[in-house]
Amino acid sequence: MSKSSLKQTLKDLDTKKISIRELNQDYLKRIKENENLNVFIYFSEENVLKQIDNLENDNSAKKLKGIPIAIKDLFCTKSMPTTAASKILENFHPTYESFITQKLLDEGSIFVGKTNLDEFAMGSATNTSFFGNTINPLSKENEPLAPGGSSGGSAAAVAADLCLGATGTDTGGSIRQPASFCGVVGIKPTYGLCSRWGIAAFASSLDQAGIFSHNVEDASILLQSIAGFDQRDSTSAKVDIPNYFENLDDDLNGKTVGIPKEYSIDGTPMEISQIWEDAIKVLEKKGVKIKNISLPHTKYALPTYYIIAPAEASSNLARYDGVKYGFRSDEIDSLDEMYENTRAQGFGREVKRRILIGTYVLSAGYYDAYYLKAQKVRKLIANDFNNAFKECDFIVTPTAPSAAFPLNEKQNDPIKMYLNDVFTVPASLAGLPGISIPFGKDKNNLPLGIQILGKHFDEQQVFNAAVSLERSYE
Amino acid sequence: MNNLIKGEKYDWEMVIGLEIHAQVKSNSKLFSSSSTKFGSSPNSQVSLVDAAMPGMLPVINKYCVEQAVKTGVGLNAKINNYSVFDRKNYFYADLPQGYQISQYKYPIVGEGKVTIDFKDGTSKDIRIVRLHLEQDAGKSLHDQNPSKTYVDLNRSGVALMEIVSEPDIRTPDEAGMYISKIRSILMYLDTCDGNMQEGSLRADVNISVRKPGDEYGTRCEIKNLNSIKFIKQAINYEAKRQIEILESGGSIEQNTMLFNTSTGKTRPMRNKEEAHDYRYFPDPDLLPLEISQEEIVKIKSSIPELPDELKNKFIEIYRLSNYDASVLTAEKQTSDYFNKTINSDSELKKYAKIVVNWITSELFSLLNKNNLDLNNSPVSPENLGQLIKLISTNEISGKIAKDVLEDMFSSGKTARQIVDEKGLQQVTDQGEIEKVIDEVIAENPKMVEQYLAGKDKLLGFFVGQAMKLTKGKANPKILNELLINKLKK
Repeated sequence: MSKSSLKQTLKDLDTKKISIRELNQDYLKRIKENENLNVFIYFSEENVLKQIDNLENDNSAKKLKGIPIAIKDLFCTKSMPTTAASKILENFHPTYESFITQKLLDEGSIFVGKTNLDEFAMGSATNTSFFGNTINPLSKENEPLAPGGSSGGSAAAVAADLCLGATGTDTGGSIRQPASFCGVVGIKPTYGLCSRWGIAAFASSLDQAGIFSHNVEDASILLQSIAGFDQRDSTSAKVDIPNYFENLDDDLNGKTVGIPKEYSIDGTPMEISQIWEDAIKVLEKKGVKIKNISLPHTKYALPTYYIIAPAEASSNLARYDGVKYGFRSDEIDSLDEMYENTRAQGFGREVKRRILIGTYVLSAGYYDAYYLKAQKVRKLIANDFNNAFKECDFIVTPTAPSAAFPLNEKQNDPIKMYLNDVFTVPASLAGLPGISIPFGKDKNNLPLGIQILGKHFDEQQVFNAAVSLERSYE
Repeated sequence: MNNLIKGEKYDWEMVIGLEIHAQVKSNSKLFSSSSTKFGSSPNSQVSLVDAAMPGMLPVINKYCVEQAVKTGVGLNAKINNYSVFDRKNYFYADLPQGYQISQYKYPIVGEGKVTIDFKDGTSKDIRIVRLHLEQDAGKSLHDQNPSKTYVDLNRSGVALMEIVSEPDIRTPDEAGMYISKIRSILMYLDTCDGNMQEGSLRADVNISVRKPGDEYGTRCEIKNLNSIKFIKQAINYEAKRQIEILESGGSIEQNTMLFNTSTGKTRPMRNKEEAHDYRYFPDPDLLPLEISQEEIVKIKSSIPELPDELKNKFIEIYRLSNYDASVLTAEKQTSDYFNKTINSDSELKKYAKIVVNWITSELFSLLNKNNLDLNNSPVSPENLGQLIKLISTNEISGKIAKDVLEDMFSSGKTARQIVDEKGLQQVTDQGEIEKVIDEVIAENPKMVEQYLAGKDKLLGFFVGQAMKLTKGKANPKILNELLINKLKK
């Protein structure tokens, strides 16, 4: 499968080597051929053709004109329903466009469909969706693999070349881990770089939108398009957005990379340790100084995350109550019954589990021991990074503790599933930017990912390190 | 002052604290740009944020923050440079988010106090614990359909200030005076329209009873009272209810009560098992609210004169009593009216007490009778000033002035016009008055006899007769003097 990059496609469109229609027909064909992967919750050829028609009548210059993009079905879109992969929003048609999808539309991109995800982005395998599993395009026959999650649909869409880029959201690793599983590039920028306005909330203090793409250059182009201040999101940052693509620089000579010792975890497969070492060697060769660093509170990151994220989720998901929109149970003899039955029937198991955890940790008598303590630990974790970044320019770790696993493994073991986030969660808690790039394979020839973390709003450094590693690997 | 109430067996003291919910005067809601206009058609002022659509986020309305700071200053309270919005989680049909955004641990305003003034000239401080900003909920309409409840979200997200007092209040009257005083301060500041009927100002009352000197008793909270009358009624009923229970050997269960305005009784709203755990936690959609000292100073400088400052000024400049001055300053429109009246003529400053009386008794009773407000009084401050000037210069008598005021009220004419047209000038000419006296004496020889025989009280009869003949225009002082002299002769 030889995939055309976004960068190349923009050139081809510009030089009229290919038309917008021809380009998108090509993608439409592949989307239809790959229906078995269950990548999309919503796909309508008609809808795509309409967008092509509109763009053909539009003479203005636009940065992403005609580029097929897939949208995680957590972003509210006017022209397509938005479900968050939940029965409770099964027939929800927003009257508004999220900040990020609006930016992509303004740039002239074409939305090929809404991609599958774990229900309300809660999961690491895209197997909690009300609309069924997504299958990793790299699966061997008769052995379907998980695409990772929660943005598994978007990662798979890029991996199967059903689009030139896709949006995702990352709360504890939901972009980086599926990117690693599917062998694509996925970036979660600094918390606050991209507006959360119009994205169904999971955990507000952690949710951050980002990008999947075939390569780092494409990611830098696409992130540029969705970043920026939004006054409708109080946590959105007022920072200057550099031209990431123009500024890409793979010369890392003189930079320092931090290698956190706490990320060497017992039981990590050999292959993972191997690619990590390989990456370090490559960097060393490029004149990068290797600095062993310590992030001492790393081991508390997972439990901290699994208190804070469910706590916020339990409150954020209270609005799905059957009163105003979305699913409402038929069995409603009283207001309480309406709530109980609507939410019992409307939410899946994982969402309910997290609502229960979140409700518990916020309850009177438990708040101090769980939520408050978790907030304190979160500060310590952020401080770890602040201290580390005094000594290094970026940090390199593996993205996930394994390659893509079989679809139904870990299905009934939430703890095992939560362990998938072990390398991604600390940066989420600290609000730092992180990218996952494919780097090496395991013994089954499945892709493995390397994660690069940067300082707050230093996406440029993250891209530079990523592009440097990517080019050396290619 | 004895504030005790008698039970069957003992004397009891009420311990009362108020939580006042005051709607912030602002064109738009606390976290959205929807209008806050009262009385619009249901669900016509609801934004995506107010309806809690997926992915919608609150953004603080800075004007509401300023209004809260202003109010804090007006309550002599500490303004906190750092405050935090929390989520108060509970399910209800008219609460679209499933939580109310409020302030729990770190309110925007801390401790303060307000002073209430009694008729006997004494006053009392009521301490304020805190003021915080929060969202109002929508409205559930249960009476529109026999089997359905409708929800109106117009009010959902409107900014409220919750003002919490210490339990410093001891009587229903004090509670009434306290809420009137708060209302007055808010209206002076223009931070709340004070309209209790429309629900812009409502109160939850916490009340317990104790024997004097004892520790606080267990309290009950009466929710959502929207008039001073109901607040007093509810307190009286609830105190009696608690006293009856205690005197018969029972104990009070801490409870949330509702007041039925038609029966005048309180009843429990929910029992303990249903007690909410609100699971407060900082709203991750909002940053902590930080207000710099400079901003506070700037807001402070924009604050108009408040009732207590104005009261002290009135006492000092016009030598008014504490009570008169507090009545005058209770509402901004009253003090504004007074200021305009007394400044309409430089002579009037000497007659401030008379000005107060004419405003707070004569004019108020006419306004009341006609269901009018001082703001739309048919008698302007300047015209009232003119009337009072006529009284103070003895041009007309006080008694006639009352009729003139009524005439002014209905015809819109000035006092001068009416007095001139009807010839109501006081008769001060001695000769003219003597003539009338002679007439009265001549017509009532028997009475004169009796008077001279020692029935002094009959003087009033002669005055009345003489006034009748002069149509009330005779100057009473001159008339009295002349009459006594003439009778003795």
